Amino acid sequence: MSAKLSNAQIAWRAAQDIPDGAYVNLGIGFPEMVAKFKPEGREVVYHTENGILGFGEAPPPGEEDWDLINAGKKPVTLKPGAAFFHHADSFAMVRGGHLDVAILGAYEVAENGDLANWSTGPGSVPAVGGAMDLVHGARRVAVITDHVTKNGKPKLVTKCSLPLTGVGCVTRVYTSLAVVDIVDACFVLREKLPGMSLDELQGLTGAVLVVEGGIGDLIVPEV
Amino acid sequence: MAMNVVWPDIKAAIADIEDGSSVMIGGFGGAGAPIELIGALIERYRKTGSPGSLTVVNNNAGNGAVGIAAMIDAGMVAKMVCSFPRSSDPKAFTERYLAGRIELELVPQGTLAERIRAAGAGIPAFYTPTSYGTQLAEGKPIAEFDGRYYVQERWLKADVALIKAELADRTGNLTYNKAARNFAPLMAMAAATTIVQAKRIVEPGGIDPEHVVTPGIFVDRIVEVADPRQEEVLLREGARQ
Repeated sequence: MSAKLSNAQIAWRAAQDIPDGAYVNLGIGFPEMVAKFKPEGREVVYHTENGILGFGEAPPPGEEDWDLINAGKKPVTLKPGAAFFHHADSFAMVRGGHLDVAILGAYEVAENGDLANWSTGPGSVPAVGGAMDLVHGARRVAVITDHVTKNGKPKLVTKCSLPLTGVGCVTRVYTSLAVVDIVDACFVLREKLPGMSLDELQGLTGAVLVVEGGIGDLIVPEV
Repeated sequence: MAMNVVWPDIKAAIADIEDGSSVMIGGFGGAGAPIELIGALIERYRKTGSPGSLTVVNNNAGNGAVGIAAMIDAGMVAKMVCSFPRSSDPKAFTERYLAGRIELELVPQGTLAERIRAAGAGIPAFYTPTSYGTQLAEGKPIAEFDGRYYVQERWLKADVALIKAELADRTGNLTYNKAARNFAPLMAMAAATTIVQAKRIVEPGGIDPEHVVTPGIFVDRIVEVADPRQEEVLLREGARQ
């Protein structure tokens, strides 16, 4: 058992919880990887902010159509049944509560569900994109992230120190070490790596991990 | 033919855009960027020094040295209103922004779209949950509806919209190509003067009414650009505009 899950393994774990028939938005970058691990037999329709429902994987090199891109500006293809629409309709889908799941990255998540994922503070160019809309629109807002920062600082905290994307919006966090739900402003531990003790995990977490019932083993294949 | 918004010349179509105008520019990244209209505007600025001090509204703030990035490089943009001023090569905007030489109004993407739509629909303000409790809501009125908090956002109008379409008829009905549609139908409604470059102009009836995306009532001028350049392709060629 490796010491922590790779990004691909975190994405794999998150993908297992996407229900059949769901409309899903995956944030740009790391969350896009979730699509790769959709379980066989489930039909999922992906939404992209720039006006497509039902896009598929990247085309082979040389076959890119640059009018057919996702929110990350990467070329995509269309699945049968895809639809185009303008930006106001696209965000009506988001803000009107029509999306089932949004999966986003995070700098920090607080125990009350606050999310910080758009600005590292002064001195950089701020860029928010559709994140502030997605956190209030999708029925379920999940985060995928390393459990700690590159410098070993906890990313699950009592209160975010960076500018917020949304207040009380995250319902589940998939990390490199654990699966944690946010219930009544508490982190409730659902799964952890079997090789790691609860004390060890708590030591890497910036807020109390509540244990409610059993803790499942977070077992992910090599992907 | 009274109902004819076709202009024979791209230079003439953009000739009256004034210094200090607000200009909405369609496109999301390279998809839908009206490269030829932007090119004509930059050429005019380089020759005459006008129109300068523009406020440009787009999802992004330019990439590389073409399109909006080329406008910024030319020095004709005073302010960007956008949601995501980052790109694979954001140098033109980033350098000026960090040096305090260009203003930025950062707007969440859905709020940007809805502010533009609201302007086009004559709705001066609306409430949205987006940005509640964040820096981007500071100073804005907050109201509670059915137990949840919402932020008041105002409409966003512009003097001019520059838009890339696929098909147009001479009355101004438009279609778009795939995801190049994005903000264009909203901007066409929200600007006092909407200027369109279309790949092909057809007679009325040449577009099935079921397929019209932007009805001609929102369009003021159309020029035909039969072989438009695609911003992303230009970027990959290392082009400068």
